[in-house]
Amino acid sequence: MRILVLIKQVPDTWGDRRLDPASGRIDRHEPEPVIDEIGERAVEVALRYRDGSEAEVVVLTMGPESATDMLRRVLAMGVDRAIHVVDPALEGADMMTTATVLAAAIRHAGFDVVVAGNESSDGRGGVLPAMVAEHLGVHHLTGLDEVVIDEESVRGVRVVGSERVTVRAALPAIISVTERSPEARIAGFRGIMQAKKKPLERFSLADISAELPARRSIVTTVEQAPIRTAGTTIVDSGDAAVQLADFLTSQRLV
Amino acid sequence: MGTVLVLASTDRKGRIRESVGTLLSMARRLGDPVTVVAARADEVDDAVETVTAAGASKVLIAEITGTGEWRENAELEAATAAYAAVNPIAVLAINAVGAREVAARLAVRIGAALATDAVAVRTVDGAPLAEHSVLGGSFTVESRADAGPLVVTIREGAAAAAGDATTPEVSRLDNLADAEAVTVESVEEIEANEERPDLRTAQRVVSGGRGLGSAEGFELAGRLADALGAAVGASRAAVDAGYASQSLQVGQTGVTVAPQLYVALGISGAIQHRAGMQTSKVIVAINKDSKAPILEIADFGIVGDVFTIVPQLIDELDRRR
Repeated sequence: MRILVLIKQVPDTWGDRRLDPASGRIDRHEPEPVIDEIGERAVEVALRYRDGSEAEVVVLTMGPESATDMLRRVLAMGVDRAIHVVDPALEGADMMTTATVLAAAIRHAGFDVVVAGNESSDGRGGVLPAMVAEHLGVHHLTGLDEVVIDEESVRGVRVVGSERVTVRAALPAIISVTERSPEARIAGFRGIMQAKKKPLERFSLADISAELPARRSIVTTVEQAPIRTAGTTIVDSGDAAVQLADFLTSQRLV
Repeated sequence: MGTVLVLASTDRKGRIRESVGTLLSMARRLGDPVTVVAARADEVDDAVETVTAAGASKVLIAEITGTGEWRENAELEAATAAYAAVNPIAVLAINAVGAREVAARLAVRIGAALATDAVAVRTVDGAPLAEHSVLGGSFTVESRADAGPLVVTIREGAAAAAGDATTPEVSRLDNLADAEAVTVESVEEIEANEERPDLRTAQRVVSGGRGLGSAEGFELAGRLADALGAAVGASRAAVDAGYASQSLQVGQTGVTVAPQLYVALGISGAIQHRAGMQTSKVIVAINKDSKAPILEIADFGIVGDVFTIVPQLIDELDRRR
């Protein structure tokens, strides 16, 4: 059993994230690039299955040179090896490009299960796992709050409207997990030492026989939204509720 | 005027999702909408009636066999057949789990550019453009296809339904065999508050945070919401502390909302919370900490005790009715 986990380096959501006004692409230098938290949870899902089995857990990312640090940190959590697709042609890749390249990398690596986060914190597209599944012609279960992997299948819970639906699909399959998944374990000192010796492979587009899609989406305009500023702030001295009711009335909200 | 394909997704029972009205409003801005529905034979009449009431004038039906418990593959097959039949300039689907996957897989299948979570659409020289609000509303971006059609997923609540029911032209696509590889093993009903508006599309939202102190304290947000006819939201801190269910979480890792009125009770306003609500039209915040970051973006901020002020406000609103 081989479980591949897709992870992504993103600008820290605790910082002031920006787009480059010229290209419309996200600034990947400031704030500091970090592993997207949802990807850490995906790693945890894979490791929990591996803890009780003979499975191999392999982490995969497509991203700039700087993503190597992130991969080492995930290896320290207990992942067996890492794959890094890095190629100058991938700068500013749209979702269609990313899905095509990841599918080629996954095919190249071989897998039984692919685990991904449900949506990245920067792009928030939420569709990449399904697109990869379409490329590979395998089943997919996305947006799962709970996951159980076994030798033949993957089972999970998706909340749809006011229903919790338990679904199952035979392997090979691609799944995506939500914030409801368990938090990631912390790498210990031993893990950090071991991570230095674990395989970290780097592939170019040519190495994995990836061909870029013919059509893509392009950004035509970028505008920074006006920064919101504080309006009136009052300290309650007994009549704040009345003042607030006046304000809501003046705004025609009540 | 080009044709715009609208993917009307359904639930397990074959009921058309409410968001079809939003999709039809958006589709009309781009061209002539054709709505495709995948439904079982016994569901077709109701489905046609629902999309017609939402303003669909041309409907394509693909009948599906099987239980219909999980329809992503059937909806994709129907969308693929409809795409081939009408050759649209754009394909629209709602940006919700399930529906957005179908749209994105269609884009892969037909080799078209994809634009997700659009808040508006328009055409320039006949080509569709999608407008997005990104990085928690800090930037507005427009995107288009470098060539060929554009597949767009539309943010829930991005436009109000605005269609008059007409007598629809209904055409049939080939029937689809149930080729669903996903088995639904069980379904459990979650207790939902049907009385309150849906958080994603509500025009007013009252959110509670850590400052409400407990699950009992959190009910204060519900009381004010009911007085204002609002939906209830929560900060991540309130969800993590167990005061509110995760489906109510507003912010970077929860729901993004942009209502006319957003009231934040006992929410400090960490950057990740602001990312989910800072494009609201009017923001009101009540917090006992005068240094809470939420006050920096509030149109009306009160430094004070929510447990004193909110009940007074509810009484005051009652008195003015």
